[in-house]
Amino acid sequence: MKVDRRSFLSFVIGGAAGTALSPLPWKLMDDSSIWSQMWPWTPVPPDGEATYENSTCSLCPGGCGISVRKIDNRAVKIEGQPGHPVNDGGICILGLSGLQMLYGPTRIKAPMKRVGERGESKWQEISWDEATQILADKLTDIRNRGEAHTVAAISGSDSGTVPALLQRFLTAYGSPNFIRMPSGRDADELAVKTLFGEDGRTGYDVENADYILSFGSGLVDGWGSPVRMIAAASTWKDKNVTVVQVDPRLSNSAAKATRWLPINPGTEADLALGIAALIVANGAADSSAVSGFGVLKAELLAGYETGKVAQTTGIEAGAIVELAQGFARADRPLALCGRGKGQTATSLRETAAIYLLNALAGNINQDGGMWAIPEADYIQWPEVETDTIASAGLRQPRIDGAGAGKYANARYLLNRLSEGVNGSGPYPLQMLMVAGANPCHDLSDSAGFTGALAHIPFIVSFSSFQDETAAMADLLLPDHVYLERYEDVPVAAGLHQRVIGLSKPVVSPQFNTRHLGETLITTAKAMDAPMADAFPWDDYETCLEESLAEKWDALMEEGVWVETDIDPISDTIRVAGMNAPAIAAEGDESGFPLLLIPYDTLRISSRTVGDTPFMIKTVADTVIKGLDGFVEINPQTASDAGLKEGALATLTTPRGETRVRVHLFEGIKPGVIAMARGLGHTAYDDYLAGKGVNFNELIGPVEDPSCGHDVAWGIRAKLAKA
Amino acid sequence: MGTLDKNAKEVMDDDAAQAADSKDGAGGFIILFFIIGFAASMVLGWVIFPKLLYSEKQQPFNFNHAMHVEEVDEGCESCHFFRDDGSFSGVPKLAQCIDCHEEPMGESEDEAIFVEQYVAMEREVPWLVYSRQPDCVFFSHAAHIIGAEMDCVTCHGNIGESTESRPYEYNRITNYSRDIWGKNIAGFKKHSWDRMKMDDCAQCHKEAGLIHTSSVQTGRDACFVCHK
Repeated sequence: MKVDRRSFLSFVIGGAAGTALSPLPWKLMDDSSIWSQMWPWTPVPPDGEATYENSTCSLCPGGCGISVRKIDNRAVKIEGQPGHPVNDGGICILGLSGLQMLYGPTRIKAPMKRVGERGESKWQEISWDEATQILADKLTDIRNRGEAHTVAAISGSDSGTVPALLQRFLTAYGSPNFIRMPSGRDADELAVKTLFGEDGRTGYDVENADYILSFGSGLVDGWGSPVRMIAAASTWKDKNVTVVQVDPRLSNSAAKATRWLPINPGTEADLALGIAALIVANGAADSSAVSGFGVLKAELLAGYETGKVAQTTGIEAGAIVELAQGFARADRPLALCGRGKGQTATSLRETAAIYLLNALAGNINQDGGMWAIPEADYIQWPEVETDTIASAGLRQPRIDGAGAGKYANARYLLNRLSEGVNGSGPYPLQMLMVAGANPCHDLSDSAGFTGALAHIPFIVSFSSFQDETAAMADLLLPDHVYLERYEDVPVAAGLHQRVIGLSKPVVSPQFNTRHLGETLITTAKAMDAPMADAFPWDDYETCLEESLAEKWDALMEEGVWVETDIDPISDTIRVAGMNAPAIAAEGDESGFPLLLIPYDTLRISSRTVGDTPFMIKTVADTVIKGLDGFVEINPQTASDAGLKEGALATLTTPRGETRVRVHLFEGIKPGVIAMARGLGHTAYDDYLAGKGVNFNELIGPVEDPSCGHDVAWGIRAKLAKA
Repeated sequence: MGTLDKNAKEVMDDDAAQAADSKDGAGGFIILFFIIGFAASMVLGWVIFPKLLYSEKQQPFNFNHAMHVEEVDEGCESCHFFRDDGSFSGVPKLAQCIDCHEEPMGESEDEAIFVEQYVAMEREVPWLVYSRQPDCVFFSHAAHIIGAEMDCVTCHGNIGESTESRPYEYNRITNYSRDIWGKNIAGFKKHSWDRMKMDDCAQCHKEAGLIHTSSVQTGRDACFVCHK
């Protein structure tokens, strides 16, 4: 048989004919197209049963009710809970993207102990038993040496069972050093105490007001309870309510207002008092609301003549007069205090001045007005029985100096902690615990605070996420994320009702984390008698259920408890603190010709939790571009400095120096530059880390002379072409 | 040129004579090789190809449909039902089986495996689903069972009468079940449930007179109705 080329060719042709008549090529073609539809790396979420679970969001103080859609055991979408008294179905971008925190890569997945140098972020995973043992042993050690007072704790909040457990822990232990993160609450609490005479807070019936006078408050930028405020702002539009936004820059709130008054930063108190002076001069004031009215009237008329106020504030005298008339003539006028989201304190002078306006307008404890109400008091635990060690410790002065001497009016002064531990304090600190807070990023003079930590030998973080403070810790005891835990969420946030939300676990804990309440109870029980005795509950859920008592069933059923029938503290105010000097920005004008102020936006989370990947992607490229952060600058000021849009510049303040780009913005006063708060993270993930500048590295605390609160509203700065 | 032409003609005549002589012998081989090639490729395409293309896995343990259908009241629907929101529950989850099988109910080894390795460990059984369509397909049970009042057997065959779980055969290239293309490699089918490709769906739609016209361009169902 001859196998030549023709035979071979005919073999091939036969093969081709046969192949064509077989299913092979046709099936392979179909398969290759289907193959492209089934690539394993193309995400196809598994199907399952869709259910909804209600809970309460605690990512900001706003306290919104959320409804979480789940497919089988996975949470897939967070929505606002319809009908909820705070947000009625609405939700903000932070709450919406909570699942990225729950399932994200920045979670701390188990207790960790530091190996390597502090700040290197080298950790060794340990068991919970070992972790609580380390903590208990260290604490017992310090206590047995009679140094219980050298243990301090920083907490984001002081209300609710978990912060209460932390406070109780320190009390039973023998330390006075429970320190709450600074915020507008400091100013509010002090103002209420000073003006109304009792402990409490203010609340605002914004929905029913018909004239809003906002002194820099971020009405749609996150002030108060953000979703509630945005809904209220819509109502104002519908009802043609006059909204006046007093703001050095054209914020979103200013853009949405009826009228925007660009004010010289830091002069809001003068404007308020100037308006007050006009109101009393015109005889339009409700004198019955103010005790010592006669004296006040004389002081106002003498010190706040309209022309002088116009000069100080940069607002035309005519506009001030219109403002005073409009405010006084409205049926339900309401003045609001607290710049941006209200995360920094205003001075007593400023807070009192604005609350005075409300009193003079006769809106105290009225519909559409400002309410002064006592705090919710539902946690009724038996008093801690202190032993000798604890009593001795509790008698020591606080490390931050609050409550004594010239700081007698303050409850917490975290801004003074650095000073306290840097050698000028009453004693060194040996341990610091941090819960629900990220001071290494969020505290004014954050670099100074982080540096001061070098003086504290042992630092414990309960953070769920690898944030800047956790990076500086020696022991990590990660808490569950809010979607994984039971907790009471008492809401203040400018609400004039008392609201307690219930946070429920929507998914079972995804990692080896433990509820902070549980950690505290377990650790206390692992220590000697006085500590263990102060924590009689078996576990945190028992503690929560007992604390909420008769509210528990309603809370489990409805998810929220609302108290509307509240006895306000008082209807009249006693004016004080007006004569304090105005708060100046640090730095001298000659060296630092510009004023740098921060601004808040709902797109950038500026407290405790950092922006989620979803959120940071919504930030405009005139705020961050690539890794560069921008400052807003008036075109005139920019051209004076030779800076074009997007140009690189070196920004220097008395506290720090950094590189920024400039964004020319007609909506900011000449000579003033503004930077968004909440950026410049060094921790978290690639979506956030390294982007922009941390405003807190450029500013330091400015103490309110009446109490010591950090009331810095800005700092002097200079910009030079890079 | 005259001389050249004559030579060329002679050469050609010689070659032609040679070719004519040997043609019959070589032609046979050509046909033979053609037949060999043809047969080989046919065997390859019809027999060897399906054997290589499909791989086989066993279910985690044997499930006896026939026995379970006897025990329940509503046939297929007892375990494969519609939820309140209209979505189809598909293959039952552990929670449903536990209603009865918290403890072993019988003596079979398969049930023992189930109770020990899955119920006790609270682990979902990783059933291999014969009728799962490729990722590009969206299928609504509600439209067909509630809307068109079809029965389960038309598409899924008589699985309810089976006493054993047959092996799960799947395509090595695409990774989905053999049941979709059908057992027959050429795509020939005897029953409606032998095959579940797009054409089979389209055939049924045509027979039922149901040419939905959601696509203005084609006058038929638009692509996105099933390919979301």
